[in-house]
Amino acid sequence: MTASDHGPDRNAGHAPAPDPAHDAGRRRALGCLAAWTGAAVLWNIAGGVPRALGMASGGAAAAAPPGTLSFVQISDTHIGFSKAANPDVVGSLRRAIADINALPQRPAFVVHTGDISHLSRADQFGQARELFQEIRTDRLHTVPGEHDAIDDGVAGYLRAFGADGRGRSWYSFDQGGAHFIGLNNVQNFKAGTMAALGDEQLAWLKADLAGVAHSTPVVVLAHIPLWTIWAPWGWGTSDADAALALLRPFGSVTVLNGHIHQVMQKMEGHVALHTAMSLAYPLPTPGQAGIGEPGPVTVPPGQLGRLLGTRRVSLVRGRGLLALIDTPLDR
Amino acid sequence: MKPDKKTGLALTLLAALAAPLPAPAAAPAQVTVSIAGFAYGPAELTVRPGTEVTWINHDQVPHTVTSRTGKPLASPALDTDDRYSHTFTQAGDFEYYCTVHPFMSGVVHVRQ
Repeated sequence: MTASDHGPDRNAGHAPAPDPAHDAGRRRALGCLAAWTGAAVLWNIAGGVPRALGMASGGAAAAAPPGTLSFVQISDTHIGFSKAANPDVVGSLRRAIADINALPQRPAFVVHTGDISHLSRADQFGQARELFQEIRTDRLHTVPGEHDAIDDGVAGYLRAFGADGRGRSWYSFDQGGAHFIGLNNVQNFKAGTMAALGDEQLAWLKADLAGVAHSTPVVVLAHIPLWTIWAPWGWGTSDADAALALLRPFGSVTVLNGHIHQVMQKMEGHVALHTAMSLAYPLPTPGQAGIGEPGPVTVPPGQLGRLLGTRRVSLVRGRGLLALIDTPLDR
Repeated sequence: MKPDKKTGLALTLLAALAAPLPAPAAAPAQVTVSIAGFAYGPAELTVRPGTEVTWINHDQVPHTVTSRTGKPLASPALDTDDRYSHTFTQAGDFEYYCTVHPFMSGVVHVRQ
């Protein structure tokens, strides 16, 4: 069972064509079924054994207990890209912002898991910053993608988005009873196919986690997946094992990645890793015959909006409970 | 005595063979490497010192041409149809890769 599904968030739970002849109980059962197969599954990660919880009737998540922290993940906006796969990435981002601003609960913050820009250009970073100001939230936290680190490393990215790390591209903060970590895994290329976190950052991570109780839920943000999905395309981090080893003692760890422009998930012990949809263009699934490269995929007209989207994440304080709801732009 | 045509021709030829021919001005060699399908083509190239190599990006995503050590190849981000040129003056083996897609790599061997 996946921890999150693509699918309509708001439509979940509405039984198709309600028939007055059916009794209310049946309609409620159908609604619950639709909720299960539709938008979201709530995971309780207490004790290291993920258990799915039911949804309230009507498909909406059970009323969030007090102390629930809710935030949104967006990724891979590629501001500056303008080719057949998506001639209007700004429009896609604006549609995502409209979805975020329409949420019943204002997110505490938004995280962007990288590839903010397409070419690391100052004007692209600047345009992205202006667009992000349209999001109704208190704060934006970002991590760099490799498209944000061309030319002069992360210098341009930090000038535009370096507030969290105060000049460094990795950082941590605490909110809602959880510990959040932002990592940079798009540099440190050795002769090989994948990027790395590097020894300096790993040493920082070790020191940072030393001050966190093992019962505190940890959320890690990094652009490139922290598990190897497909090394020939650079879809992995060469020293991710070292980071995961540092995270192993914690009871609830959620890793949020981007980079591959599609949702994939993996459980490693108590660590749940999720990649996200992009807001720019889809990428192919690796391993298909005849597709040897991770280049933008141009889909038939009308299909693009189903492959781009946002993710809402909710944490219930004190229970290590995380809900991930992936919502495409078109549903 | 005026040399006849045949003799004239023979004399001209003899003169040409006897005199050292002026070396033609060496045109600097120019080689193009195409970047397409997330690969450098050719990925392995051998050239003489003084050759100018030009990389052209034909992909829809940006690539770079970057030496592992940072020098001498240090292209900016190359968008579609952008080019980057470097004239190799020293002999040696120059490995490079793409900083955006580090699984892409190439090498230029510079030999006399």
